[in-house]
Amino acid sequence: MAGKTFAEKALARAAGLPGVVAGQIVDAAPDLAFSHDNTAPIARTFYSLGVTRVKYPERLAFTMDHAVPAPTTAHAQNHVEARRFAAEQGVTNIFDVGRGICHQVLSEEALARPGDTVLGADSHTPHFGWLGAFAAGVGRSEMAAVWATGELWLRVPDSVRVYLTGDWPQGVTSKDFCLRLIGDQGADGGIYLSIEFDGPAVSSLSIDSRPVIPNMMAEFGAKNAYLAPDDSLFDWLAPRRARRVGQPVAAVREEMAARALYPDSDATYLAEYHYDVSQLEPMIALPHRVDKVKPLSEVRGVRVQQAFLGTCTNGRLEDLAAAADVVRGRSVAAGTRFVVIPASSEVYMAALRAGHIETLLAAGAAIGTPGCGPCMGNHMGVPAPNEVTISSANRNFQGRMGTRDAEVYLANPAVVAATAIAGYIVDPREVMG
Amino acid sequence: MILRGRVWKYGDDVNTDVIFPGKYTYTINDPAEMARHALEDLDPTFASQAQPGDIVVGGKNWGNGSSREQAVISLRAVGVTALIARSIARIYFRNAVNNGLLPIVCPPAVDAIQNGETVEIDVDRHVVRCVAGEIEFPPLSPSAQAIIAAGGLIPMLKTRLAPPSS
Repeated sequence: MAGKTFAEKALARAAGLPGVVAGQIVDAAPDLAFSHDNTAPIARTFYSLGVTRVKYPERLAFTMDHAVPAPTTAHAQNHVEARRFAAEQGVTNIFDVGRGICHQVLSEEALARPGDTVLGADSHTPHFGWLGAFAAGVGRSEMAAVWATGELWLRVPDSVRVYLTGDWPQGVTSKDFCLRLIGDQGADGGIYLSIEFDGPAVSSLSIDSRPVIPNMMAEFGAKNAYLAPDDSLFDWLAPRRARRVGQPVAAVREEMAARALYPDSDATYLAEYHYDVSQLEPMIALPHRVDKVKPLSEVRGVRVQQAFLGTCTNGRLEDLAAAADVVRGRSVAAGTRFVVIPASSEVYMAALRAGHIETLLAAGAAIGTPGCGPCMGNHMGVPAPNEVTISSANRNFQGRMGTRDAEVYLANPAVVAATAIAGYIVDPREVMG
Repeated sequence: MILRGRVWKYGDDVNTDVIFPGKYTYTINDPAEMARHALEDLDPTFASQAQPGDIVVGGKNWGNGSSREQAVISLRAVGVTALIARSIARIYFRNAVNNGLLPIVCPPAVDAIQNGETVEIDVDRHVVRCVAGEIEFPPLSPSAQAIIAAGGLIPMLKTRLAPPSS
């Protein structure tokens, strides 16, 4: 009998079944079910069911992040309804304006563990695969159903294995790898699939650069993406979880490692891809497609009116540090704006203490409240028609940042920062001389 | 059941942002108002000219991007009954089932159907009839069929969760 993929093992656990196979439909009970500014409309749907109580309030989490602080009265009202619902239902995991983006905050808060199943009313929910969790995005109605019943039907996905070897070259990040993979395979290359990553070039990634991979797999069409949990993850997560549950770190770490799930070596995969990351270079996704990818060297010189560093993809401490290194002692180009939004208050604080915020401000950056910022066109840095933005985000659809007549290029944080300094798309090494 | 309507045919990778822009997602709650923005950044003529019963045909990876359910609800509010595509992004597919928009994954039908023609979908026999002929499409999974038969996820749950009548 063939071995099991990670997805098969995780969904068997979530469904309380001894074993499941790809293609099977199961009723899965998520360990964590989260929503964000969409909590208010989900709450209206929930109450329309005629149900009065959430089944497992302790498994829910809400973050106010998509439009914070509220840019309009309507947005503010939306937040009011979410807070009221949390109070009514005894949902204590509510992270309000300023705390940061759902995927980053709920990771920092250790609300998901290796081997857990996470459902989120957000398309970038696969992000939590960086913790070794099975994590899939769902719609608002489905989240209301999860609140009411504690479970949801899911099809066990087929899986693809991606094996990474080699040393990461200076200036090449996990973002560049993701753009390369999606560029090679197309934006629908992972549709309905679980993408399972392993290999020495995954283990050698820093904690901050890991979430980028499963986060970006949402743009690949994936249902779920998974990085095999290792000691460096347990070292990062266990003390956080220990604080949350009030138990000794060692005991929590041991339990966490025991709960982690790994695919069997003879698991059945639809395909296996191998990348030698030492051969990669910085990549850019051109408007308006994430799979319209070219090496940085071929895009050099495109004039940019706005550089945006932030988002759940690339708004962590390492990203801000990379940007600070590039802009230190330099100034943002005339005619270009540089918007920087830390992914969470924890990132913001750490960047402040490390001096990165001062460095960025001194160079002329505008620093925003932790949250999604202008990523989906709500506020805090939306472009004008005919303007060009370079962004560290994951998505560059036409109209994404608020107007269909603007263009968005996607890049890694250092390239975004270098472009802010030059005023055109450029290799950071050129700016740093 | 037979669905019959005029076809609005589009290409590959039509994403949720061009179906329903993100900037409206936390301020527009009324389906009728959502309808006015349906396909706004893809085809500005659609919302004003589409009629109840119309059918949308797309290429591969229809509805990729956001989890926003409004990208389905806005089409339903216009009166669109079915979506025929080469492939449908997974959250969009689920949102379609959950809101009673019949999702049909059938590349031969997409090849055969021309923009603007009127087609018929025989839901029970899994057949699309268009000018070029009759094309069979694969049926949905039993669980998805049950949700569509109930009129969507929320109506189904209302029935399931209702206290037993005495």
